[in-house]
Amino acid sequence: MKMKMEPFNRDFITPIEQFLTKFRIPAWVLLGVFLLALPHFGFNTFIMRLFIMIGIFSMLGLGLNILMGYTGLVSLGHAGFFAIGAYTSALLMVHTDLPFLVTLIAAAITSGVVGGILGLPTLRLSGNYLTIVTLGFGEIVRMVIMNWRSVTNGVLGVRSPRPVMFGMEFTFANHGFYYTMLVLLLLTGLTSAAILHSRTGRAFLAIKEDEIAATMMGIRITRYKILAFTISATITGVAGGFYASLMPHIDHDVFTFDVSVLIVSIVIVGGMGTMRGMFLGAIILIAFPEVSRFLMEYRFVVYGLLLILMMRFRPQGILGWKSRLPYNLPKLVQKRVETGVQ
Amino acid sequence: MPYLNVSGITKSFGGLVAVDGVNFHVEQGEIVSIIGPNGAGKTTVFNMLTGVYQVDVGEIVFEDHPIHNKSPQDIVQAGLSRTFQNIRLFGNLRVIENVLIGTHIHTKYNFFDSLFRTRRFQKEEAEQTLKAIEILESIGLGEHIHSYAQNMPYGAQRKLEIARAIATNAKILLLDEPAAGMNPQESEELMQFIRTLRDKGYTILLIEHDMKVVMNISDRIYVIDHGKKIAEGVSHEIISNEKVIEAYLGGGAKKDAAN
Repeated sequence: MKMKMEPFNRDFITPIEQFLTKFRIPAWVLLGVFLLALPHFGFNTFIMRLFIMIGIFSMLGLGLNILMGYTGLVSLGHAGFFAIGAYTSALLMVHTDLPFLVTLIAAAITSGVVGGILGLPTLRLSGNYLTIVTLGFGEIVRMVIMNWRSVTNGVLGVRSPRPVMFGMEFTFANHGFYYTMLVLLLLTGLTSAAILHSRTGRAFLAIKEDEIAATMMGIRITRYKILAFTISATITGVAGGFYASLMPHIDHDVFTFDVSVLIVSIVIVGGMGTMRGMFLGAIILIAFPEVSRFLMEYRFVVYGLLLILMMRFRPQGILGWKSRLPYNLPKLVQKRVETGVQ
Repeated sequence: MPYLNVSGITKSFGGLVAVDGVNFHVEQGEIVSIIGPNGAGKTTVFNMLTGVYQVDVGEIVFEDHPIHNKSPQDIVQAGLSRTFQNIRLFGNLRVIENVLIGTHIHTKYNFFDSLFRTRRFQKEEAEQTLKAIEILESIGLGEHIHSYAQNMPYGAQRKLEIARAIATNAKILLLDEPAAGMNPQESEELMQFIRTLRDKGYTILLIEHDMKVVMNISDRIYVIDHGKKIAEGVSHEIISNEKVIEAYLGGGAKKDAAN
């Protein structure tokens, strides 16, 4: 009887989670092999480019998730960080002989520093007011790109050379871009997970849940909010730097408000505060416009309808459930609990 | 010098003097209660103690160090930790995570340790988790470790708030109306529980507006009304104090009470 009373969606998620936890290592190996082998299934360049874009937007989702999903600060200006990363990397590649890896790190640092500075208003602003500041920030970045001609080349944009690593030029044909994307995605994913399952991540979550209670636990709210901004912007900057290397040409028009909204949508559709959701969110929202081409103009109607249905029936996001499995205790603790040694 | 000494603290909001020159002190290992009718200024006193509000006049000295007008974070670090009148748990997080957030200030590893999962990280994380489990077991929430805080029964949530405060290595626990919303039996149980906390060595400062609740467990009681301290002493002194009866029942009730 009791089982029937359970909400429907719970019943199939928990067994899947149990299964995945039990076969965690084989599942990861299988996924890894699949992703590594993906380019050799004979997809054309168009499809491969789509996969890479999904990877980039997963990174962007992961970056914003740290701010929105963990710390509870909504940013509508992440296209700005994306642009800063992209331009830093592209301009360095054009004007210097620095290797791609270095330009990518520079992109991450520049974006991170700007993120930290943008985080400073969090001292005084909260909620929607902060969101409006980020919205303004995104637009300001675009304006600066358009008007700072001596550096950014204005509206004409920047034409960056193909990146070379270990003496090999990245192209679509040799799948260099795809594998770089995988490596970067793995790095941002691991960073994100490492932060969440630590003192820092718990502080972020505490701030999201209840700022006053978090303060009374001794958490320095402002410091952690700025840190969240910095980390989020750094990850977004990496995605931007990589994006610049992928595109033969970037300009101000790529980094519009629409991109910021797209990143926010990925986080919401996938499931705010979960990492798994970012990948699904990116797959759905990046692939949808391509897959639904047969719908022609109606696809925006369908797109809007999907979002409305989401809000009505699954506001926590598609993969936004709370696990019912026991809390994952640190390994050292599990050992001690099992052996009964205090 | 007392363990915690509060002398002449005053706080006004515009023209309203919410707390006016209140003095009290708390010795180590005591249960001290601050009572008073609704709106007497009890929670304002708490907010000054925990650094939420700045003190206009007066000083608060804990273990010979002044703590007034410091940030809430510094005060927690010094050893004063509080609970809230309306429960403020991290509802969407697990019980154990709530307590681990309490250990935040004593978890000694930096950002890069967590990024690279160093030995220091592993060791600290394990130690703090064990400490959290120990606190939860000692408080009777051992079986709830994995639950989400918001799914727990009301009484257990109250206890979890106390557990979280203990996890900050608090020396004094400030409990803001812990029995609010409980029936007489539940609040009696809670008071028994608070007494066991005292027996374990915690010093406790309680706020309560219901006199009956704190009568039996308090070592000393202070009564506040309209921001001023009107009485202090042990339980039976307070019950028979005319000013207290007046504050609670109004001036006309004096005759009735005497009869």
